Amino acid sequence: MDQLLINSGFPLLSVLIFLPLAGALVLLFVKNESLCRYLALAATGVVGLLSLRLVTGFDTTTDKFQFVEHHSWIETFNINYTIGVDGISILLILLTTIIMPFCVLASWSYIKTRVQAFMVCLLIMETAMIGVFVALDFVLFYVLWEAMLIPMYLLIGIWGGPRKIYASIKFFLYTLAGSILLLVGIIWLYTTNNYSFFIPDMMWQDYPLTAQVYLFLAFFLAFAIKVPMFPFHTWLPAAHVEAPTAGSVILASILLKMGTYGFLRFALPITPEATLLLGPYVLWLSIAGIIYGGFTALAQSDMKKLIAYSSVGHMGFVTLGIFVLNVDGLEGAILQMVNHGITTGALFLCVGMIYERTHSRELRSATGVGKYMPIYITFLAFFCLSSFGFPGTNSFVGEFMILAGAFQFGIANGGFPYLALAAIPGAVLAAAYMLRMLQKIVWGGTDNPDQSWITDLNSREIVTLAPFLFFVFWIGLGPQPFLDLIHTSVTQLLHHFDAHQAQQAVAAAGAIVH
Amino acid sequence: MLFLPELTLLGAGLILFTFSLGKPSSGKIKNVATILAALTLIASLLCLNSEGNLFYAAYQVDFFSQIFKVLIALATLIILIFTDSKGDLKKETRAEYYLFLFMSVLGLMMLVSSVELLSIFVALELSSFAVYIMVPMRNNDSVSGSQSEAGIKYLLFGVMATGLMLFGMSYMYGLTGSTQLPVIAEKLSLMYRQPAAVVAIVLVLAGFFYKLALFPLHFWVPDIYEGASNETTAFIAAVPKLAAVALLIRFTTLVSSEGEVIVNVLMVCALLSMFYGNLSALIQKDVKRLLGFSGISHAGFVLVGLLTFQVTGYATAMYYIMGYVFMNLACFLVICSVSEKGKNVVVEDFTGLHKRAPLLAITLTVGLFALAGIPPFVGFTGKFLLLLGALKQGHLILVILAAFNTAIAIYYYLSIVRVTFCTDSENRSPVVSSGLNNTLAVLLIMTMIVMGVLPSQFIAMTTSAIQTIM
Repeated sequence: MDQLLINSGFPLLSVLIFLPLAGALVLLFVKNESLCRYLALAATGVVGLLSLRLVTGFDTTTDKFQFVEHHSWIETFNINYTIGVDGISILLILLTTIIMPFCVLASWSYIKTRVQAFMVCLLIMETAMIGVFVALDFVLFYVLWEAMLIPMYLLIGIWGGPRKIYASIKFFLYTLAGSILLLVGIIWLYTTNNYSFFIPDMMWQDYPLTAQVYLFLAFFLAFAIKVPMFPFHTWLPAAHVEAPTAGSVILASILLKMGTYGFLRFALPITPEATLLLGPYVLWLSIAGIIYGGFTALAQSDMKKLIAYSSVGHMGFVTLGIFVLNVDGLEGAILQMVNHGITTGALFLCVGMIYERTHSRELRSATGVGKYMPIYITFLAFFCLSSFGFPGTNSFVGEFMILAGAFQFGIANGGFPYLALAAIPGAVLAAAYMLRMLQKIVWGGTDNPDQSWITDLNSREIVTLAPFLFFVFWIGLGPQPFLDLIHTSVTQLLHHFDAHQAQQAVAAAGAIVH
Repeated sequence: MLFLPELTLLGAGLILFTFSLGKPSSGKIKNVATILAALTLIASLLCLNSEGNLFYAAYQVDFFSQIFKVLIALATLIILIFTDSKGDLKKETRAEYYLFLFMSVLGLMMLVSSVELLSIFVALELSSFAVYIMVPMRNNDSVSGSQSEAGIKYLLFGVMATGLMLFGMSYMYGLTGSTQLPVIAEKLSLMYRQPAAVVAIVLVLAGFFYKLALFPLHFWVPDIYEGASNETTAFIAAVPKLAAVALLIRFTTLVSSEGEVIVNVLMVCALLSMFYGNLSALIQKDVKRLLGFSGISHAGFVLVGLLTFQVTGYATAMYYIMGYVFMNLACFLVICSVSEKGKNVVVEDFTGLHKRAPLLAITLTVGLFALAGIPPFVGFTGKFLLLLGALKQGHLILVILAAFNTAIAIYYYLSIVRVTFCTDSENRSPVVSSGLNNTLAVLLIMTMIVMGVLPSQFIAMTTSAIQTIM
């Protein structure tokens, strides 16, 4: 248990987890729709504010888990309620808690039917999402990871677009099928680790290579579907397109990060040798995803689909950064997860705002609104620039670090950085599809539909978008505070990784001598 | 005290018999039956901690049997509460119907206490024969004779299964010279390698498999579920399974895991049950048939716990069947409420249920997600603990294949949830549900969540129950 560090008597994380759930329970008894909205906003808002305490109380000099809480849950099987935060998870928790109030705001007038049920689903989602990022017990992690499917399924299936049933079932089946083998892997780890589900206990153990490979494949299937990596991405465009705005934002900003978080938290520390062995394949799949996502996005006429495919490309960058296994790559990957959450979340909000006005997601029907919605296109333009990594915006920092990591990886492994070069066209493609969309929405062509009736953003919508813009530039211009939070954990992760390799090499050499 | 629940049931049977001589109104007789079921529950709760044996040690009363009696009484009471007094039963024979119901419950209660081959046989037959008669007791006009088909099928298959079991029992007696289970276990353990012993055990198990609807003896399930009235199906789907699992546990605790052949036989049965049940359920339209097939696969999961031959394995199997009964009852509560005049319910009948009866829609959804094994409901916790126990014993392939089954199963459960929640009501009339029904629905939902989130207490209880019979 020496990985633990308890630095607060106040159960902050439990409050963050259970406050939304309590809010959901209260909402069950509230009949008034507008009261539901305000209560949901209050609950998510309070969670967002409370989570700032995580930053102020976070010790950046250690990679140990902080704000740890430990309670016995199912004693017979040694299953515990253990939660904690480290540098890998802290930004993702903050991302979740800060985005959720804006999801409520974005649904204010978008959701007109069954408001109460919608807000209950959102709040239960928040509980499950925060829980996934802080869980240090594998059973707790898995329970929340699966439990999340129900509210998300309902969000898409009830309030979604025309093909919502197809999309929601596909989403559910894909994710569930992917995580089935993860469950078997978890139980296997439990039986080999003295019957303990404590995640840090499972890390850096000497599992036989074959077992590691099977475990890695189980992890990979579960997490790659969630990310989603090419070729497991087909559920994503369907789910994104049909989900209501808040659902798309949650999917893009937070759910996709769980896959990459899973790689960082489980695949690297639990199966290091298998990661080295199979990592190169994952890298090339990432490249395939970057290029594929870019080209497909270029061909879309549906704005949500365009952004969905761009997500495949952007998440390809993240997995690229993870599996090059150096400091720049990993830090860039974590930062890029946050960036993607901010930028893509904001882009989905923007599309949702157009949709509320024109009731169409087609790019064709949204052309030329620039003249009538000056505030809107200002926001949109900055988010588009951010999405393709324009210098000065957040994604530039993340992608730059990831590419730097990829170059180092290439130089360290054979001299020529093929990998980084292969990823570059992805960045160009991103600029192409984003600028194409921006150009059409702002100016369009000679055949623009009549948009003169359209109204610009109201103050609620401006309040919804403004914080995203703030973070775009903050991370873009001064990323250091964010990198400070993650630096120690990442370097220690890599340190452990190398030390474990060295130890394995010594053991192997010893075996040969004998 | 040792025999109080059974005596209560006998008394209840007599009272109902008296009623059946006159012509009581359906509402009245249903209320009487409900009250009698409540009395039975109280009686079995009173005897929860009694211990001892009766009838020259042929009848064992211990914590294990008493828990199962409480569960049987509770499940019966729940079914009686949520079934409609205007349901699909003939008015004239309603009193007789409840009489047979109570006789069947009596048989099942005796079954969980029996530790001697002949008393097992008598108890099993008492419970079965009552149900054979209950199955065809349904109004003719709604299903045009399929209830008689179901009745005949159930009878013939049941008799065949009993025949197999008796044959196995005769082998056991021939090999060991006794009908007492403890004596048999002791002597059989010396001759596990003999084919005769294996045949004897497998044949006796076949009789219990029939009750639990496990793979090679599952084929009665869909037709009987479909043909019988909704309340009868609810009963068959829940209560006999409890007793069957109790008996299976009693039986397998006597067989040690050295009988490798037995483990393999059980493993094959478990896997085939899961695959057969889940794959067949995928294409079902009739909800009762669908739940029947899903029940086959769940029985397979219970077997996963038993074939570990460990205390924790038995305890989780027991926990799982408890959870299964509640999940199933939640689904049948909704089925009985939604069905018009007790007709069979197809998946489309749930269209727009979220508008017609929001609470029932939530109950159904929770019940189905629980059956599918999605956390935080009891179905997930049960499956997880079962797989955990099996992998501890090294059955990796079994665990992987069982896990795959969860993924297959989710599709058909989701397709019902989809109809319930994601469609408009299309002018279907709202579903009326009484206050008592709603309370029951809320209680069932809470049970499923509490058992799923806080299983410690329940596992501790089932473990101590298992320890009393080891």
